[in-house]
Amino acid sequence: MTISTVEAEQLKKIKAGDVRTVSRLIRNLEDELPEARSALKRIFLDTGRAHVVGITGSPGAGKSTLVDALITSFRKKEKTVGVLAVDPTSPFTGGAILGDRIRMQRHAEDPGVFVRSLATRGALGGLAKAVGDAVHVLDVMGKEMILIETVGTGQQEVEIINHSHTVIVVLVPGMGDEIQAIKAGIMEIADIFVINKADRDGANQLANELGSMLNMAPAFPGGWQPPIIKIGNCFDPQSFTQSVEELATAIADHYRCLEETGLLGNRMKRKAMIEIGEALRDAILTPILREMTESGEMDIIAERLLRRESDPYTIAEEAARRYLR
Amino acid sequence: MPERRIRIMVAKPGLDGHDRGARILARAFRDAGYEVIYTGCHQTPEQIAAAAVQEDVDLVGLSCLSGAHGYLFPRVVELLKEKGAEDITVIGGGIIPDQDFQRLYDAGIKAIFTPGATLDSILDWIKNNLKPRE
Repeated sequence: MTISTVEAEQLKKIKAGDVRTVSRLIRNLEDELPEARSALKRIFLDTGRAHVVGITGSPGAGKSTLVDALITSFRKKEKTVGVLAVDPTSPFTGGAILGDRIRMQRHAEDPGVFVRSLATRGALGGLAKAVGDAVHVLDVMGKEMILIETVGTGQQEVEIINHSHTVIVVLVPGMGDEIQAIKAGIMEIADIFVINKADRDGANQLANELGSMLNMAPAFPGGWQPPIIKIGNCFDPQSFTQSVEELATAIADHYRCLEETGLLGNRMKRKAMIEIGEALRDAILTPILREMTESGEMDIIAERLLRRESDPYTIAEEAARRYLR
Repeated sequence: MPERRIRIMVAKPGLDGHDRGARILARAFRDAGYEVIYTGCHQTPEQIAAAAVQEDVDLVGLSCLSGAHGYLFPRVVELLKEKGAEDITVIGGGIIPDQDFQRLYDAGIKAIFTPGATLDSILDWIKNNLKPRE
Protein backbone atom coordinates (compact mmCIF):
# COMPACT_ATOMS: atom_id res chain seq x y z
CA MET A 1 0.00 0.00 0.00
CA THR A 2 1.18 3.48 -0.68
CA ILE A 3 1.43 6.00 2.12
CA SER A 4 -1.71 7.78 1.04
CA THR A 5 -3.81 4.61 1.01
CA VAL A 6 -2.48 3.74 4.48
CA GLU A 7 -3.52 7.19 5.63
CA ALA A 8 -6.91 6.93 3.98
CA GLU A 9 -7.46 3.60 5.72
CA GLN A 10 -6.38 5.15 9.01
CA LEU A 11 -8.73 8.09 8.59
CA LYS A 12 -11.60 5.72 7.87
CA LYS A 13 -10.88 3.76 11.04
CA ILE A 14 -10.66 6.91 13.15
CA LYS A 15 -13.96 8.15 11.81
CA ALA A 16 -15.48 4.76 12.61
CA GLY A 17 -14.26 5.22 16.19
CA ASP A 18 -11.61 2.47 16.18
CA VAL A 19 -10.01 2.82 19.61
CA ARG A 20 -6.73 1.13 18.75
CA THR A 21 -6.10 3.35 15.76
CA VAL A 22 -6.96 6.48 17.70
CA SER A 23 -4.85 5.65 20.74
CA ARG A 24 -1.91 4.61 18.59
CA LEU A 25 -2.05 7.80 16.55
CA ILE A 26 -2.13 9.92 19.72
CA ARG A 27 0.88 7.96 20.96
CA ASN A 28 2.71 8.59 17.71
CA LEU A 29 1.90 12.28 17.92
CA GLU A 30 3.23 12.40 21.47
CA ASP A 31 6.39 10.64 20.35
CA GLU A 32 6.60 13.04 17.40
CA LEU A 33 6.86 10.44 14.68
CA PRO A 34 6.96 12.08 11.25
CA GLU A 35 4.24 9.78 9.83
CA ALA A 36 1.86 10.91 12.58
CA ARG A 37 2.41 14.50 11.60
CA SER A 38 1.71 13.57 8.03
CA ALA A 39 -1.55 11.82 9.00
CA LEU A 40 -2.63 14.93 10.85
CA LYS A 41 -2.51 16.97 7.66
CA ARG A 42 -5.47 15.06 6.29
CA ILE A 43 -7.24 14.71 9.63
CA PHE A 44 -7.18 18.44 10.27
CA LEU A 45 -9.48 19.09 7.34
CA ASP A 46 -12.29 17.18 9.07
CA THR A 47 -11.99 18.86 12.47
CA GLY A 48 -14.02 21.65 14.02
CA ARG A 49 -17.16 19.91 15.21
CA ALA A 50 -16.50 19.24 18.88
CA HIS A 51 -17.15 21.54 21.80
CA VAL A 52 -13.83 21.65 23.64
CA VAL A 53 -13.99 22.37 27.36
CA GLY A 54 -10.88 23.06 29.43
CA ILE A 55 -10.82 22.35 33.15
CA THR A 56 -8.07 23.83 35.27
CA GLY A 57 -7.35 24.45 38.93
CA SER A 58 -4.89 23.65 41.70
CA PRO A 59 -3.74 20.09 42.51
CA GLY A 60 -6.39 18.26 44.50
CA ALA A 61 -9.12 20.79 43.70
CA GLY A 62 -11.27 17.95 42.35
CA LYS A 63 -10.81 18.35 38.61
CA SER A 64 -10.80 14.63 37.79
CA THR A 65 -13.84 13.96 39.93
CA LEU A 66 -15.66 16.80 38.18
CA VAL A 67 -14.66 15.45 34.78
CA ASP A 68 -16.03 12.07 35.79
CA ALA A 69 -19.33 13.64 36.84
CA LEU A 70 -19.51 15.69 33.65
CA ILE A 71 -18.97 12.54 31.56
CA THR A 72 -21.99 10.99 33.28
CA SER A 73 -24.03 14.12 32.65
CA PHE A 74 -23.13 14.33 28.95
CA ARG A 75 -23.73 10.63 28.44
CA LYS A 76 -27.23 10.99 29.88
CA LYS A 77 -27.83 13.53 27.13
CA GLU A 78 -26.44 10.98 24.65
CA LYS A 79 -23.42 13.03 23.77
CA THR A 80 -20.16 11.22 23.12
CA VAL A 81 -17.18 12.32 25.21
CA GLY A 82 -13.42 12.42 24.77
CA VAL A 83 -11.15 13.22 27.69
CA LEU A 84 -7.50 14.29 27.66
CA ALA A 85 -6.10 14.29 31.18
CA VAL A 86 -2.66 15.79 31.71
CA ASP A 87 -0.33 15.02 34.62
CA PRO A 88 3.24 16.20 35.15
CA THR A 89 6.44 14.54 33.92
CA SER A 90 9.36 14.28 36.33
CA PRO A 91 11.99 16.87 35.43
CA PHE A 92 14.65 14.43 36.65
CA THR A 93 13.77 11.04 35.21
CA GLY A 94 11.29 11.82 32.45
CA GLY A 95 8.87 9.39 34.11
CA ALA A 96 5.33 10.24 35.13
CA ILE A 97 2.44 8.93 37.17
CA LEU A 98 -0.80 9.50 35.33
CA GLY A 99 -3.54 9.10 37.89
CA ASP A 100 -6.46 11.20 36.70
CA ARG A 101 -8.04 8.16 35.16
CA ILE A 102 -8.65 6.54 38.54
CA ARG A 103 -11.67 8.81 39.02
CA MET A 104 -13.08 8.02 35.59
CA GLN A 105 -12.69 4.25 35.37
CA ARG A 106 -16.40 3.56 35.67
CA HIS A 107 -16.69 4.88 32.10
CA ALA A 108 -13.88 2.65 30.79
CA GLU A 109 -16.19 0.22 29.06
CA ASP A 110 -18.57 2.79 27.59
CA PRO A 111 -17.82 2.94 23.84
CA GLY A 112 -19.12 6.53 23.83
CA VAL A 113 -16.27 7.62 26.08
CA PHE A 114 -12.56 7.74 25.29
CA VAL A 115 -10.13 8.72 28.04
CA ARG A 116 -6.45 9.29 27.40
CA SER A 117 -3.80 10.38 29.91
CA LEU A 118 -0.91 12.51 28.74
CA ALA A 119 2.30 13.48 30.51
CA THR A 120 3.54 17.06 30.16
CA ARG A 121 6.99 15.91 28.90
CA GLY A 122 8.54 19.23 29.81
CA ALA A 123 5.84 21.50 28.38
CA LEU A 124 5.03 24.49 30.55
CA GLY A 125 1.64 26.11 30.65
CA GLY A 126 -0.24 23.22 32.25
CA LEU A 127 -0.68 21.02 29.18
CA ALA A 128 1.29 18.55 27.08
CA LYS A 129 2.60 19.51 23.67
CA ALA A 130 0.46 16.91 21.92
CA VAL A 131 -2.83 18.10 23.43
CA GLY A 132 -3.78 20.25 20.45
CA ASP A 133 -3.14 17.38 18.04
CA ALA A 134 -4.97 14.88 20.25
CA VAL A 135 -8.01 17.18 20.33
CA HIS A 136 -8.09 17.03 16.52
CA VAL A 137 -7.98 13.24 16.56
CA LEU A 138 -10.83 12.94 19.09
CA ASP A 139 -12.82 15.50 17.13
CA VAL A 140 -12.55 13.43 13.95
CA MET A 141 -13.28 10.30 15.99
CA GLY A 142 -16.68 11.92 16.46
CA LYS A 143 -16.51 12.90 20.11
CA GLU A 144 -19.00 15.72 20.58
CA MET A 145 -17.70 16.96 23.91
CA ILE A 146 -13.95 17.02 24.50
CA LEU A 147 -12.80 17.68 28.05
CA ILE A 148 -9.20 18.70 28.65
CA GLU A 149 -8.02 18.43 32.22
CA THR A 150 -4.82 20.39 32.88
CA VAL A 151 -2.16 19.48 35.40
CA GLY A 152 -2.77 20.99 38.82
CA THR A 153 -2.13 24.63 38.11
CA GLY A 154 -1.04 27.61 40.12
CA GLN A 155 -1.44 31.14 38.93
CA GLN A 156 0.03 31.35 35.53
CA GLU A 157 -0.61 28.18 33.51
CA VAL A 158 -3.11 29.65 31.09
CA GLU A 159 -2.34 27.73 27.92
CA ILE A 160 -5.67 25.95 28.20
CA ILE A 161 -7.38 29.02 26.70
CA ASN A 162 -5.60 28.34 23.43
CA HIS A 163 -7.21 24.93 23.09
CA SER A 164 -10.72 25.31 24.49
CA HIS A 165 -13.96 27.03 23.63
CA THR A 166 -15.02 27.08 27.26
CA VAL A 167 -12.66 27.32 30.24
CA ILE A 168 -13.68 26.20 33.72
CA VAL A 169 -11.51 27.29 36.64
CA VAL A 170 -11.99 25.09 39.69
CA LEU A 171 -11.34 26.71 43.06
CA VAL A 172 -11.64 25.41 46.59
CA PRO A 173 -12.29 27.41 49.77
CA GLY A 174 -9.35 28.35 51.92
CA MET A 175 -6.71 28.88 49.25
CA GLY A 176 -5.90 32.48 50.06
CA ASP A 177 -7.25 35.93 50.72
CA GLU A 178 -9.00 38.43 48.52
CA ILE A 179 -5.75 39.55 46.92
CA GLN A 180 -5.51 36.17 45.16
CA ALA A 181 -8.82 36.93 43.46
CA ILE A 182 -7.55 40.09 41.81
CA LYS A 183 -4.21 38.75 40.61
CA ALA A 184 -3.54 38.38 36.92
CA GLY A 185 -3.33 34.99 35.26
CA ILE A 186 -5.57 32.05 35.86
CA MET A 187 -8.34 34.06 37.53
CA GLU A 188 -8.81 36.00 34.31
CA ILE A 189 -9.32 33.08 31.97
CA ALA A 190 -12.48 31.52 33.40
CA ASP A 191 -15.69 31.42 31.41
CA ILE A 192 -17.16 29.52 34.34
CA PHE A 193 -15.97 29.39 37.95
CA VAL A 194 -16.55 26.33 40.07
CA ILE A 195 -16.22 26.53 43.82
CA ASN A 196 -15.63 22.90 44.58
CA LYS A 197 -15.93 21.23 47.99
CA ALA A 198 -18.36 24.03 48.74
CA ASP A 199 -19.56 22.27 51.89
CA ARG A 200 -16.32 23.44 53.50
CA ASP A 201 -15.87 26.64 55.49
CA GLY A 202 -15.13 29.71 53.46
CA ALA A 203 -17.13 28.82 50.35
CA ASN A 204 -19.50 31.75 50.68
CA GLN A 205 -16.67 34.15 51.34
CA LEU A 206 -14.86 32.90 48.25
CA ALA A 207 -18.06 33.30 46.20
CA ASN A 208 -18.43 36.88 47.44
CA GLU A 209 -14.83 37.75 46.61
CA LEU A 210 -15.16 36.25 43.15
CA GLY A 211 -18.40 38.13 42.64
CA SER A 212 -16.86 41.48 43.47
CA MET A 213 -13.84 40.68 41.31
CA LEU A 214 -16.18 39.96 38.39
CA ASN A 215 -18.13 43.15 39.02
CA MET A 216 -14.97 45.13 38.48
CA ALA A 217 -13.88 43.20 35.44
CA PRO A 218 -14.37 44.83 32.06
CA ALA A 219 -17.48 43.59 30.28
CA PHE A 220 -16.93 40.15 28.83
CA PRO A 221 -17.23 39.88 25.07
CA GLY A 222 -20.70 38.89 23.92
CA GLY A 223 -22.22 39.96 27.22
CA TRP A 224 -21.29 36.67 28.86
CA GLN A 225 -21.35 36.74 32.66
CA PRO A 226 -19.08 34.02 34.08
CA PRO A 227 -21.28 32.13 36.50
CA ILE A 228 -19.96 30.98 39.87
CA ILE A 229 -21.16 27.47 40.55
CA LYS A 230 -20.84 25.90 43.98
CA ILE A 231 -20.41 22.15 44.02
CA GLY A 232 -20.55 20.33 47.34
CA ASN A 233 -19.34 17.02 48.65
CA CYS A 234 -19.39 14.28 46.00
CA PHE A 235 -20.41 11.77 48.67
CA ASP A 236 -23.75 13.55 48.92
CA PRO A 237 -24.91 12.28 45.54
CA GLN A 238 -28.18 14.16 45.21
CA SER A 239 -26.92 17.70 45.71
CA PHE A 240 -23.66 16.85 43.92
CA THR A 241 -25.44 15.61 40.80
CA GLN A 242 -27.74 18.61 40.88
CA SER A 243 -24.88 21.13 40.95
CA VAL A 244 -22.99 19.21 38.26
CA GLU A 245 -26.13 19.53 36.11
CA GLU A 246 -26.02 23.26 36.75
CA LEU A 247 -22.42 23.25 35.51
CA ALA A 248 -23.33 21.22 32.42
CA THR A 249 -26.06 23.74 31.63
CA ALA A 250 -23.62 26.63 32.03
CA ILE A 251 -21.22 24.88 29.64
CA ALA A 252 -23.96 24.53 27.02
CA ASP A 253 -25.11 28.14 27.59
CA HIS A 254 -21.58 29.41 27.10
CA TYR A 255 -21.20 27.59 23.81
CA ARG A 256 -24.53 28.96 22.62
CA CYS A 257 -23.42 32.47 23.59
CA LEU A 258 -20.20 32.00 21.59
CA GLU A 259 -22.17 30.80 18.59
CA GLU A 260 -24.84 33.50 18.71
CA THR A 261 -22.42 36.38 19.12
CA GLY A 262 -19.95 35.15 16.51
CA LEU A 263 -17.26 34.83 19.19
CA LEU A 264 -16.83 31.17 18.41
CA GLY A 265 -15.22 32.24 15.15
CA ASN A 266 -12.84 34.54 17.04
CA ARG A 267 -11.79 31.79 19.41
CA MET A 268 -11.28 29.34 16.56
CA LYS A 269 -9.20 31.93 14.75
CA ARG A 270 -7.05 32.56 17.82
CA LYS A 271 -6.54 28.82 18.07
CA ALA A 272 -5.69 28.60 14.38
CA MET A 273 -3.06 31.33 14.68
CA ILE A 274 -1.45 29.60 17.63
CA GLU A 275 -1.41 26.33 15.74
CA ILE A 276 0.29 28.01 12.81
CA GLY A 277 2.87 29.48 15.18
CA GLU A 278 3.56 26.08 16.71
CA ALA A 279 3.76 24.37 13.34
CA LEU A 280 6.19 27.01 12.11
CA ARG A 281 8.35 26.56 15.17
CA ASP A 282 8.36 22.80 14.58
CA ALA A 283 9.07 23.17 10.88
CA ILE A 284 11.78 25.82 11.15
CA LEU A 285 13.29 25.98 14.61
CA THR A 286 13.38 22.30 15.52
CA PRO A 287 15.51 21.21 12.53
CA ILE A 288 17.90 24.14 13.04
CA LEU A 289 18.36 23.31 16.72
CA ARG A 290 18.82 19.65 15.87
CA GLU A 291 21.47 20.37 13.25
CA MET A 292 23.31 22.77 15.54
CA THR A 293 23.25 20.24 18.36
CA GLU A 294 24.25 17.25 16.28
CA SER A 295 27.08 19.06 14.51
CA GLY A 296 28.54 20.08 17.88
CA GLU A 297 28.09 23.75 17.04
CA MET A 298 25.85 24.26 20.06
CA ASP A 299 28.62 23.16 22.43
CA ILE A 300 31.10 25.51 20.81
CA ILE A 301 28.67 28.43 20.97
CA ALA A 302 27.86 27.72 24.61
CA GLU A 303 31.57 27.73 25.46
CA ARG A 304 31.98 31.04 23.67
CA LEU A 305 29.12 32.54 25.65
CA LEU A 306 30.62 31.28 28.89
CA ARG A 307 33.89 33.06 28.01
CA ARG A 308 31.83 36.15 27.11
CA GLU A 309 33.29 36.17 23.60
CA SER A 310 29.86 36.59 22.08
CA ASP A 311 26.22 37.03 23.09
CA PRO A 312 23.09 34.98 22.36
CA TYR A 313 21.52 37.73 20.25
CA THR A 314 24.38 38.03 17.78
CA ILE A 315 24.59 34.26 17.52
CA ALA A 316 20.85 34.00 16.84
CA GLU A 317 21.05 36.67 14.16
CA GLU A 318 23.98 34.89 12.51
CA ALA A 319 22.12 31.59 12.56
CA ALA A 320 18.99 33.21 11.13
CA ARG A 321 21.02 34.69 8.27
CA ARG A 322 22.58 31.32 7.57
CA TYR A 323 19.43 29.18 7.71
CA LEU A 324 16.63 31.49 6.64
CA ARG A 325 17.62 33.01 3.38
CA MET B 1 15.14 13.03 17.74
CA PRO B 2 11.75 11.33 18.10
CA GLU B 3 11.97 8.69 20.75
CA ARG B 4 9.47 6.16 22.02
CA ARG B 5 8.51 6.62 25.64
CA ILE B 6 7.47 3.37 27.29
CA ARG B 7 4.00 3.44 28.85
CA ILE B 8 3.03 1.03 31.62
CA MET B 9 -0.32 0.46 33.24
CA VAL B 10 -0.43 -0.72 36.84
CA ALA B 11 -3.79 -2.22 37.67
CA LYS B 12 -5.49 -4.02 40.52
CA PRO B 13 -8.18 -6.39 39.32
CA GLY B 14 -10.73 -7.82 41.69
CA LEU B 15 -11.86 -7.08 45.16
CA ASP B 16 -8.75 -6.60 47.24
CA GLY B 17 -8.05 -3.04 48.30
CA HIS B 18 -4.40 -3.38 49.28
CA ASP B 19 -2.66 -1.20 46.76
CA ARG B 20 0.43 -0.17 48.66
CA GLY B 21 2.56 -2.54 46.61
CA ALA B 22 1.01 -1.37 43.37
CA ARG B 23 1.67 2.25 44.28
CA ILE B 24 5.28 1.55 45.24
CA LEU B 25 5.76 -0.16 41.89
CA ALA B 26 4.14 2.74 40.06
CA ARG B 27 6.56 5.07 41.80
CA ALA B 28 9.54 2.84 40.93
CA PHE B 29 8.48 2.77 37.28
CA ARG B 30 8.17 6.56 37.30
CA ASP B 31 11.66 6.85 38.74
CA ALA B 32 12.93 4.54 36.01
CA GLY B 33 11.64 7.03 33.44
CA TYR B 34 8.45 5.28 32.34
CA GLU B 35 5.04 6.85 31.98
CA VAL B 36 2.78 5.02 34.40
CA ILE B 37 -0.98 4.93 34.28
CA TYR B 38 -2.47 3.84 37.57
CA THR B 39 -6.13 2.92 37.52
CA GLY B 40 -6.80 2.32 41.22
CA CYS B 41 -8.36 -0.58 43.10
CA HIS B 42 -11.38 -2.79 42.41
CA GLN B 43 -11.12 -2.96 38.65
CA THR B 44 -12.81 -5.54 36.48
CA PRO B 45 -10.67 -7.22 33.80
CA GLU B 46 -12.98 -5.51 31.27
CA GLN B 47 -12.14 -2.05 32.66
CA ILE B 48 -8.44 -2.84 32.71
CA ALA B 49 -8.34 -4.11 29.13
CA ALA B 50 -10.39 -1.16 27.83
CA ALA B 51 -8.14 1.32 29.62
CA ALA B 52 -4.96 -0.39 28.40
CA VAL B 53 -6.10 -0.04 24.79
CA GLN B 54 -7.23 3.58 25.19
CA GLU B 55 -3.91 4.45 26.81
CA ASP B 56 -1.87 2.50 24.25
CA VAL B 57 0.40 1.01 26.89
CA ASP B 58 3.27 -1.40 26.21
CA LEU B 59 2.88 -3.31 29.46
CA VAL B 60 0.13 -4.09 31.94
CA GLY B 61 1.27 -5.01 35.44
CA LEU B 62 -1.49 -6.72 37.42
CA SER B 63 -1.46 -6.95 41.19
CA CYS B 64 -3.71 -9.31 43.09
CA LEU B 65 -3.50 -10.32 46.73
CA SER B 66 -6.90 -11.93 47.09
CA GLY B 67 -6.26 -15.31 45.51
CA ALA B 68 -8.42 -14.69 42.44
CA HIS B 69 -5.44 -14.36 40.07
CA GLY B 70 -6.33 -17.70 38.46
CA TYR B 71 -9.38 -16.12 36.85
CA LEU B 72 -8.50 -12.41 36.71
CA PHE B 73 -5.06 -12.51 35.10
CA PRO B 74 -5.90 -14.83 32.17
CA ARG B 75 -9.14 -12.92 31.60
CA VAL B 76 -7.22 -9.67 31.02
CA VAL B 77 -5.00 -11.41 28.45
CA GLU B 78 -8.06 -12.87 26.76
CA LEU B 79 -9.85 -9.51 26.56
CA LEU B 80 -6.77 -7.79 25.16
CA LYS B 81 -6.64 -10.45 22.46
CA GLU B 82 -10.32 -9.84 21.66
CA LYS B 83 -9.52 -6.17 21.19
CA GLY B 84 -6.68 -6.96 18.80
CA ALA B 85 -4.18 -5.88 21.42
CA GLU B 86 -2.34 -9.14 22.04
CA ASP B 87 0.94 -7.26 21.56
CA ILE B 88 0.49 -5.64 24.98
CA THR B 89 2.65 -7.57 27.44
CA VAL B 90 0.95 -8.66 30.66
CA ILE B 91 2.82 -9.47 33.87
CA GLY B 92 1.45 -10.14 37.32
CA GLY B 93 2.31 -10.14 40.98
CA GLY B 94 0.89 -10.72 44.42
CA ILE B 95 0.21 -13.69 46.64
CA ILE B 96 0.53 -16.42 44.05
CA PRO B 97 1.34 -20.03 45.00
CA ASP B 98 4.14 -21.71 43.04
CA GLN B 99 1.80 -24.37 41.70
CA ASP B 100 -0.24 -21.70 39.86
CA PHE B 101 2.71 -20.30 37.91
CA GLN B 102 2.62 -22.65 34.97
CA ARG B 103 -1.08 -22.20 34.40
CA LEU B 104 -0.63 -18.42 34.34
CA TYR B 105 2.34 -18.67 31.98
CA ASP B 106 0.27 -20.92 29.73
CA ALA B 107 -2.49 -18.31 29.75
CA GLY B 108 -0.08 -15.69 28.44
CA ILE B 109 1.21 -13.99 31.59
CA LYS B 110 4.84 -13.26 30.73
CA ALA B 111 6.29 -12.94 34.25
CA ILE B 112 5.15 -13.39 37.84
CA PHE B 113 6.59 -11.66 40.89
CA THR B 114 5.73 -12.68 44.42
CA PRO B 115 6.46 -11.17 47.86
CA GLY B 116 10.20 -10.72 48.28
CA ALA B 117 10.81 -9.84 44.64
CA THR B 118 13.05 -6.77 44.61
CA LEU B 119 12.15 -3.65 42.67
CA ASP B 120 15.41 -4.09 40.79
CA SER B 121 14.48 -7.59 39.67
CA ILE B 122 11.19 -6.27 38.27
CA LEU B 123 12.83 -3.29 36.57
CA ASP B 124 15.52 -5.57 35.13
CA TRP B 125 12.89 -7.87 33.70
CA ILE B 126 11.22 -4.93 31.99
CA LYS B 127 14.49 -3.56 30.68
CA ASN B 128 15.45 -6.94 29.22
CA ASN B 129 12.08 -8.02 27.87
CA LEU B 130 10.09 -4.99 26.89
CA LYS B 131 10.61 -3.01 23.75
CA PRO B 132 8.25 -0.18 22.94
CA ARG B 133 6.07 -1.43 20.13
CA GLU B 134 6.68 -0.34 16.53
